[in-house]
Amino acid sequence: MGLLSLAIWTPVLFGVVLLALGRDDQAQVVRWIALIGAVVSLLVTLPLYTQFDVTTASMQFTELSPWIERFHVNYHLGVDGISLWFVLLTAFINVIVVIAGWEVITSRVNQYMGAFLILSGLMIGVFCALDGMLFYVFFEATLIPMYLIIGVWGGPNKIYAAFKFFLYTLLGSLLMLVALIYLYLTSGGSFDLAVWQKMPLAADAQTLLFFAFLAAFAVKVPMWPVHTWLPDVHVEAPTGGSAVLAAIMLKLGAYGFLRFSLPIAPDASHEWAGLMIGLSLAAVIYVGLVTMVQKDMKKLVAYSSVAHMGFVTLGFFIFNSLGMAGGIVQMISHGFVSAAMFLAIGVLYDRMHSREIASYGGVVNTMPKFAAFAMLFAMANCGLPGTAGFVGEWMVILGAVKVNFWVGVAAASALIFGAAYTLWMVKRVYLGPVINEKVKNLKDINAREFLFLSLLAIAILYLGLYPKPFTDVMDVSVTELLKHVAVSKLP
Amino acid sequence: MIDKISLLTVYPELILLVMACVIALFDLAVKGTGRTPTYILTLVALGVVAWIQAKYAATGDTVYAFGNMVVSDPMGNWLKCFAALALMATLVYGRAYATCRDMLRGGELFTLSLFALLGMFVMISGNNFLVIYMGIELLTLSSYALVALRRDHTVSTEAAMKYFVLGALASGFLLYGMSMLYGATGSLDLQEVFKSISSGQVNHQVLIFGLVFIVAGLAFKLGVVPFHMWIPDVYQGAPTVVTLMVGGAPKLAAFAVMIRLLVEGLLPLAIDWQQMLMLLSVASLAVGNLAAIAQTNLKRMLAFSTISHMGFVLVGMLSGVVGANTLAAGNGYSSSMFYVVSYVLTTLASFGVILLLSRDGFESEEIADFAGLNQRSPLYAGVMALCMFSLAGIPPMVGFYAKLAVLQALVAPGDTFHIALAVYAVMMSLIGAFYYLRVVKVMYFDAPTSTARLTAPLDVRAVLSLNGALLLLVGLLPGGLMALCADAIVKMLAH
Repeated sequence: MGLLSLAIWTPVLFGVVLLALGRDDQAQVVRWIALIGAVVSLLVTLPLYTQFDVTTASMQFTELSPWIERFHVNYHLGVDGISLWFVLLTAFINVIVVIAGWEVITSRVNQYMGAFLILSGLMIGVFCALDGMLFYVFFEATLIPMYLIIGVWGGPNKIYAAFKFFLYTLLGSLLMLVALIYLYLTSGGSFDLAVWQKMPLAADAQTLLFFAFLAAFAVKVPMWPVHTWLPDVHVEAPTGGSAVLAAIMLKLGAYGFLRFSLPIAPDASHEWAGLMIGLSLAAVIYVGLVTMVQKDMKKLVAYSSVAHMGFVTLGFFIFNSLGMAGGIVQMISHGFVSAAMFLAIGVLYDRMHSREIASYGGVVNTMPKFAAFAMLFAMANCGLPGTAGFVGEWMVILGAVKVNFWVGVAAASALIFGAAYTLWMVKRVYLGPVINEKVKNLKDINAREFLFLSLLAIAILYLGLYPKPFTDVMDVSVTELLKHVAVSKLP
Repeated sequence: MIDKISLLTVYPELILLVMACVIALFDLAVKGTGRTPTYILTLVALGVVAWIQAKYAATGDTVYAFGNMVVSDPMGNWLKCFAALALMATLVYGRAYATCRDMLRGGELFTLSLFALLGMFVMISGNNFLVIYMGIELLTLSSYALVALRRDHTVSTEAAMKYFVLGALASGFLLYGMSMLYGATGSLDLQEVFKSISSGQVNHQVLIFGLVFIVAGLAFKLGVVPFHMWIPDVYQGAPTVVTLMVGGAPKLAAFAVMIRLLVEGLLPLAIDWQQMLMLLSVASLAVGNLAAIAQTNLKRMLAFSTISHMGFVLVGMLSGVVGANTLAAGNGYSSSMFYVVSYVLTTLASFGVILLLSRDGFESEEIADFAGLNQRSPLYAGVMALCMFSLAGIPPMVGFYAKLAVLQALVAPGDTFHIALAVYAVMMSLIGAFYYLRVVKVMYFDAPTSTARLTAPLDVRAVLSLNGALLLLVGLLPGGLMALCADAIVKMLAH
């Protein structure tokens, strides 16, 4: 069994064991098994980084064996510089989420933990799949645990949110399914991504494929104007669900652009780049403005996620290495930062049972340790130099200026919005005098909360101060992808 | 004409016939409401038959017997094997239910279901218009009686009447179509009919006239729009165990008959019946999925969902032949076969859970009855959730691969029309996802309305768990069953 198979199936196996064995009367045992499972799953991904060869753009740790022979579907796994960090990020966030749900979740603990472990394995599968059908199976299967997580442990309007999440994303992916089948048939019976990326395709076929993929990935990212499901879902999802959704699941869509849209339909990608840049800028600017007027903290972070993901898609479709690498770095940093933001809100919510900004004020007086963390995360969210949020946005803006000065200016304006909505929220929630009795009685974070917040803080600062390990890994792969995209595939 | 080979070919049918009679007599000596000895004897008989059929199928041989009246080929043998297994599962799930409802005062349930299975076997093996018709009649007559088995129950009786009247009409259609074809070609034998149509010497108009009636009759039996009216009423009205008997295994037989008549007999008319199937499938996908949304009764919802799934089966059937090119035929038909088999597997498990929740005097067929099932029993809720996700076509459940197989067969011609049809089909399954998700929602998100302990005998628990596990396992490793279907269809097309 290869390393990638281990990375995928270890958490799934632990999750299945939890589902099969766990009972609510043994919640503590269940939690420990879940934690052990998550940590082991993280440990088995570490050799991927240490043994990774940064000098080649080809797939590494590949595994290939036939899966469904009748349709030539293979169990084909591999990672390159683009996907490597997402495997690690997924496993890392999974550990955080298990710790974060430790005391908060009291009903059906085994199903909660099991769902997250299985979800983590499936998402790693998406990042490792080199076979179109395998990718699709993992991509779709993630909907099931997430649907249950939102619906079972979510807020008051959870059912609406769970359905919206499921049906919205299913709509996109079903169109992609038709596209995958079309590619399978035109390639003469292969689901291999490498074959699809090499094969010539006529212009109109490329356009259709591009839009079919766009339907799936734009909903997942989500891009403006199909982003409306995200705020609804984030508000209702439990803290852990929001963290995984923002940190990893949104990246599945952006990752799809890199693996499918760009290399399979490069000509269509160039042709429609203007549209993509326009949509990305709309996300960055318009959604940035929308963010500013939010009254609900979770909604605010959800809209800011849409704006941040706008940077990612902007970076991909300006077709230079700064932009693309910046987009990927932004994906990783947003993974850490958004998870941190949602978990911080979760810490407050567990105590106050309110996400309204208006019910807070002066939290720093009663929770100084927590406020320090929250401040750091907020700074990262608005892209302060030295934090993770800065690196990616800065690279994308530089890349954009190279292509078109005004696109760069428009993108840079988002930094101002970002600072505005984040700092304004910080001011209203954390600073100032203590606003009411409830805030006055708040207890500062305990050791468990300190643990997961500090883990995230370390990651955010590390990526911000020394991004070289991240950019080094992806450098060759990004260059190679850009080279591939630059060549026309028209027959 | 009756030689040893012929007798050997119909050996499983003979066992079934003998056992049906033996069990009817044996049951006279059995006391008690559970009918345990009869039940065990029936299961043993079915197990033996399934095992023999699997053995036959594994040889891969095609044998014609009784002067071409019946055929034994891998496709038929596998379908018969699955049908016997499906009936076994049905009886395991349904015994407690039937006992509670006073349906086991005599052993009719077992005897009639064996006769129904015999009818399916004859349908599947039939190589002659009359033999196929005889099989259909044996199956449906047994089914009418089964639906009416609770004779003091008004809803069941009403369902049985509807079923009988509409079923008789459908049989009439089928028989009329067969007689037209007989008149045009001068033969009842499928191969002879095929040859004489291929020769081009036959009056095309008469053929098409007969074909329309044949397709309409088949559409009745499969339950596709606009011949679907009986499905919701019978599904809802029949005792749930009988619903499963009508809605499970017979789909396999109906599929086989469709293959025998349309492909083995009337392939030269493919251009014509493809158009008919296309209309039927497009209408079924829309009506089935849209009407299911409005249902609050789970059995009725599953009835409409059946209609849409049969629409998908037809999608596979209609994509086999492109122009006059039959190269894609194997692909299309084997996709349909895979779809039917996986559909039956899923249906068994979902009705299994419904039967398990139904207790004395309580039907548990409203969707609301499933509220909070996850808190009462994570296992059964899990099985039901697997069924719902499988029916919705979400990977990695087996239902997804069935849809994938059918869709790739549909897109295979590569023209815009077929791609548009595929997009239509996936959009309809998106609508379908909504009402399947609603069942999951009720089970997982809602609070339970009843805290009654769920108990089930060991056999039910074991079979239901296995059935649920198969939905996932065949989904994770669908290659084997797909290869089996492809191989069976290729062998069927070769002769």
